[in-house]
Amino acid sequence: MISGLENIASFVLLGSGIIFLLIGCIGLIRFPDFFTRLHAAGLIDTLGAGLILIGLVIESGWTLNTVKIIFILFFLFLTSPVSSHVVAKAALTSGLRPWRAEEDNGTSRSKEELP
Amino acid sequence: MNIMPAAMAAILICMCLTLARLLLGPTVFDRLLAANSFGTKTVLFLALIGFLFDRPDFLDLALVYSLINFVGVIAVLRYVTFRKGSDVKERAE
Repeated sequence: MISGLENIASFVLLGSGIIFLLIGCIGLIRFPDFFTRLHAAGLIDTLGAGLILIGLVIESGWTLNTVKIIFILFFLFLTSPVSSHVVAKAALTSGLRPWRAEEDNGTSRSKEELP
Repeated sequence: MNIMPAAMAAILICMCLTLARLLLGPTVFDRLLAANSFGTKTVLFLALIGFLFDRPDFLDLALVYSLINFVGVIAVLRYVTFRKGSDVKERAE
């Protein structure tokens, strides 16, 4: 009975992780700007990877593999926000401006001006 | 009822989409973001391979990949940022 419960929990976690991964990838393709794409990539890094790895933790039980997956999760949660923040800050300091839905004032540059 | 092959197929589809963004991203930061995301998906794919084929050695590879991915992104970003003419506005002119 416990084993059946574990299977169901790991199934649900892996399935929801896959769904978040696909949503993040569709956002990475379809969003219009770098900063909006950063939002989609953050979804992949935190929720998709986290749910899939927690599902694998439940699948593996209490072994050495659990410790390894928890280490992977720890390093992923430590490094992916740092790299996202660094890339966003470098893009902002190099002159990229966030995309606006409508260019009503002249301060925000349109997307076509940038390479 | 085994979901792991489906998960691996979904991760492969996501890798193809990320590779498309990496190839046609307008700025270098889009490409860098796609490379970072591709590294995260590589880690997930290696962990799933280790479980599906019952070889837990792949988890060590996934751990190393997750660290090298971070260091690689920081190194490439440093090269891109502190380079002459790295300003996007300057290059557009």
